[in-house]
Amino acid sequence: MSGMFAIVEDTIDTSALEAATRTDACGAVVTFYGIVRERADDGRGVNGLSYEAYEPMAVIEFETIAKEARERFGDVRIAVVHRVGALRIGDVAVAVVAACPHRAQAFDACEYAIDEVKRRAPIWKKEHYLEGDGEWISNDCGHHG
Amino acid sequence: MRIHVRAFARTRELLGSGSLDVELPAGSTVADAWNALEARSPQLRDLAASTRLARNARMVKREDALADGDELALLPPVGGG
Repeated sequence: MSGMFAIVEDTIDTSALEAATRTDACGAVVTFYGIVRERADDGRGVNGLSYEAYEPMAVIEFETIAKEARERFGDVRIAVVHRVGALRIGDVAVAVVAACPHRAQAFDACEYAIDEVKRRAPIWKKEHYLEGDGEWISNDCGHHG
Repeated sequence: MRIHVRAFARTRELLGSGSLDVELPAGSTVADAWNALEARSPQLRDLAASTRLARNARMVKREDALADGDELALLPPVGGG
């Protein structure tokens, strides 16, 4: 795993990410996986998704979000890795790990980080439907992936 | 001067490429660059209000100046996660 904040093109190694994020001071690790599912919000069947990212800015945004989480929730270690390219049903598109001494901060920090990643990070998702067409999905118009 | 443009999602599809160089007069602004891109792909006009722009990975306003060698990124509404 190349780092705690990364855009990757291959399968996300989630256990390596958790191991790299926690230390012996961490009694709690909360991990969120965003996973490609078989139906769009409007019920259409989905073949797969393609993601793209503006990598340098996305990584800066991940780092900024982690810093904000530390300011809000205290001594919490965060990792954010988002995959790009063509993903199939069941693939992990994004993994967010929050590790800290106690669980309350870990839950809060993980939720904050994924919410902000979805809202702010320069990453785009196209749904490819079973009917053959596709559509770019934005997180700020009622769609949630 | 010459700037490098990165385009994503729908803006990439409309421009036909995610990575292109654009030649502009010295002293051009972000708005001038956008107008040059719109001249190339008129459908970009529909995305003008919703697309944010970053210069060298930092958000910029339309009136901000560009310099030779800058990277200008077109960032339509995001959909990560």
